[in-house]
Amino acid sequence: MGRYIIRRLLYMVVVVLVVSIITFGLMHAIPGGPFTREKALPAETLKILNERYHLDDPFLKQYIDYVYAVLIPHITTTPPSTSLQDDFLVNAKIGSVWLRWMNFGPSYKSRSRTVNDIFRDNLPISAQLGVMALMIAIVIGMPLGILSALKQNTAYDYFGMGVAIFGVSVPVIVLGPLFVWIFGVALKWLPPTGWGAKPPYLLGFLPSSLGWGFFQHALMPSIALGLGSSAIIARLTRATLLQTIREDYIRTARSKGLPERTVITRHALKNSLIPVVTILGPLFAALVTGTFVTELIFGIPGMGKYFVTSITNRDYPVIMGTILLYAVFLVVANLAVDITYAYLDPRIRYD
Amino acid sequence: MAQVKLEVGPKSAGTGMLLTQKRESLGQDALRRLLRNRAAVVGASIIIALILMALFAPLIAIKSFEIQVLVDQNKVPEWLISVFPTTKPYAQISNDYPLGADYVGRDLFSRIVYGARVSLTVAFIGPLISLIIGVIYGSISGYFGGRVDNIMMRIVDILYAFPSLLFIILMMAFFRSTISDVQPGTFAYSISKLDESMGGLLFIFIGIGLTAWETMARLTRGQVLSVREKEFIEAAHTIGASNLRIMFRHILPNIVGPLVVAETLAIPGYISIEAFLSFIGLGVNPPTPSWGSMISDGSQVIRTYPNQAVFPALALAITMFAFNFLGDGLRDALDPRLRGTQ
Repeated sequence: MGRYIIRRLLYMVVVVLVVSIITFGLMHAIPGGPFTREKALPAETLKILNERYHLDDPFLKQYIDYVYAVLIPHITTTPPSTSLQDDFLVNAKIGSVWLRWMNFGPSYKSRSRTVNDIFRDNLPISAQLGVMALMIAIVIGMPLGILSALKQNTAYDYFGMGVAIFGVSVPVIVLGPLFVWIFGVALKWLPPTGWGAKPPYLLGFLPSSLGWGFFQHALMPSIALGLGSSAIIARLTRATLLQTIREDYIRTARSKGLPERTVITRHALKNSLIPVVTILGPLFAALVTGTFVTELIFGIPGMGKYFVTSITNRDYPVIMGTILLYAVFLVVANLAVDITYAYLDPRIRYD
Repeated sequence: MAQVKLEVGPKSAGTGMLLTQKRESLGQDALRRLLRNRAAVVGASIIIALILMALFAPLIAIKSFEIQVLVDQNKVPEWLISVFPTTKPYAQISNDYPLGADYVGRDLFSRIVYGARVSLTVAFIGPLISLIIGVIYGSISGYFGGRVDNIMMRIVDILYAFPSLLFIILMMAFFRSTISDVQPGTFAYSISKLDESMGGLLFIFIGIGLTAWETMARLTRGQVLSVREKEFIEAAHTIGASNLRIMFRHILPNIVGPLVVAETLAIPGYISIEAFLSFIGLGVNPPTPSWGSMISDGSQVIRTYPNQAVFPALALAITMFAFNFLGDGLRDALDPRLRGTQ
C-alpha cells in the first residue's frame, strides 16, 4: 500500500508539472501581452513594466523563476513586507528566521492585489460552494439509486430514474437562471444573488456560522450545481447494486437465513459502492469547473470570474495560479479516490 | 419472419452464413426493443423534429436572427405577461415577437430556431471526431498490445488527468486571439477564415476533439482486447488476412455496439460543452445564435425579462432530454448484459 501511494504521488507531481509547462507555454504563445492596450502605452512605460515583471527574460528563465518562487521555501531574516512582489502564502517564524513559501506573484491587472490575495479572499467561497454541491450530489444521488435498485420496475424506480434523467439533461446554465427566476424573483423565497459567508473562515475555508444566513444563499446554487452529479451517482448506484444483488454470495447470504436488511447493507451495498467511489474524482472535477458558471449566474464572489477574465486580460500570474490550483485540486481528488479504491479492493494494488 | 425463426433455432449453428443471418436478426431484435421503448421513441422524434427545424430554419423563423431593431429592445408579447406576471408594470408590449425581443431588439424565436443549428452540429460532429481519433488510437493500442499498448495507454492516462474543460478554455483563448492578427496567405489565416465562415464552430470542434477522444480510446482498447483472443480472429489469421482487414472486417463490427452507445450517451456532454463555452463568451462568434450565449445574455436581465433566458434554457434542456432518452434506449436495446434483468 505504501509503495502504491508513493507511486501515485510521483505520478501526481508529473501531471501537475506537465500542466504548468503547457499552461505557461500556451499563455505566452497567445499574441498580445498583459500590457497591450487599444491605445498603445508609451514605449518608456512598457519598458519599465516589462522590466519590473521580468517579462523580457528568456522564456525558460521566467518559467524556472516562477517554479522557484512557488515551490522552494525561502528562509530569510527579513520579516514580510507589504510589497506586492513579496507576498507569500505561508509565513512561519522559526526562532529569528522566517520560513516563507509559495509566492504566486502579483496580479498585473490590479494594482493592489496579489494572486495570494485572490486565494485568501475568493477561494474559500468557491470551496464552500463546491463542497456543498458535492454533499447535495451524494445526499440526493445515493438514496435515490439504492431505492430504485431495491424496488426495481416499480413506481419508486421510475420516479428515481426520472429525477436522474432530469438531472443529467439539465445543466447548471439551464437550472441556474430558472432557479433565480422561480425562487428568487417570482416566489421571493430566497435571495437571487450573493453569498452568506464572510471572513474569517474556520480552517481557512469553512464558514464561521452555519445558520440560515449561509444556507439561504447557498441552497440554490449548490442544488443547481449538484443535481447533475447526483443523477450520475443515482444511475451508477442503481446499476451496480442491481448487478451485485444477483451475485452468488448474496444468494448464499440469504440462504444462510440472514435478515434482508443485513444482506443489503452488509453484503450488497458495501460491494456495490466501490464503483461509485471511483466516479467521485471525475465528478468533483466537473463540480469544480462548474463552480465558475454557477458563480456567474448567482453573483457569487468566488474564484470563477478570475479564471475567465485572467485569460482575456493576459494576467499571467493569475492564469497560472488559478489553473495550477484547479489542477492540484483535481489531481488530489483523483488520488484520494484511487487510494480509497485500492483500500476497498485489494486486487487494484497488484497492477 | 424467417430470420426471427432462425434466432430461436439451434444454438450450435456455426456456419458463416447462419452466423451472419443471426447477426442481422439481432440487429432487428435491437431495433424492435428500441421501438418498444416509449421514452427512446419520444427522444428520437424530438431529435428528428429538431433536425427539421434546423434545416428549414429560414422558413420557420421569418424574422432575421441578427438584425437589431433598437426601438424594439426587450419587447414582450401579450401572452407572456400572464406567464411572467412580474413583468406587467414595466413591460412594453409588441406582438410582433412570438417570444419577445432581446436586449438589442433581435427576435428571440428566430434566434432559438437558428440556435438549434449550432447545438445539433456539435451533437453530430463532436461524436464523429472523438470516434475517429479514439477508435483508431484505441484499436491500434489494443490490437498490437505489449509495449505499444503500454506507451499509448500511459499517454492517455496523463492526458486523462488533465482538467479537460480548463484545457479547452485555454485552447479557445489561444485560438481566438491568435487568429485576430495572422497574415493573409498563411495556413493559420485560411483556418481562421474557415472558422469565421462557420461562426466560430471550427475551434469548438477542435477543442472537443482534443479532449473527448481519450474516453473513446480507452473503451475501444478494452473492447478490442476482449475480442482479439476469440477463435474467429485466429481463424482469420490462419487464412492469411492482413492486420488492417482483421481490424476493420472482423474486430470493428463486433465492438461497434458499445461504442455507438457510449457516443450517444456522450452527446449531451458535447452539447453542454458548447453551451458552456458560449456562456462564458469563448464559444461561437456573435451574432451567431447559440443557446448558451442567449442564456448568458438573458441571465443578465433575468429579474426584469425572464423570457430572454428561460426560452433558450428550455430549448437546451429539451434537446439534452431527447439525446439522453435515445442514448438510454439504445443502450438497453444493444447491451446484452441488461437483457433478462427486466
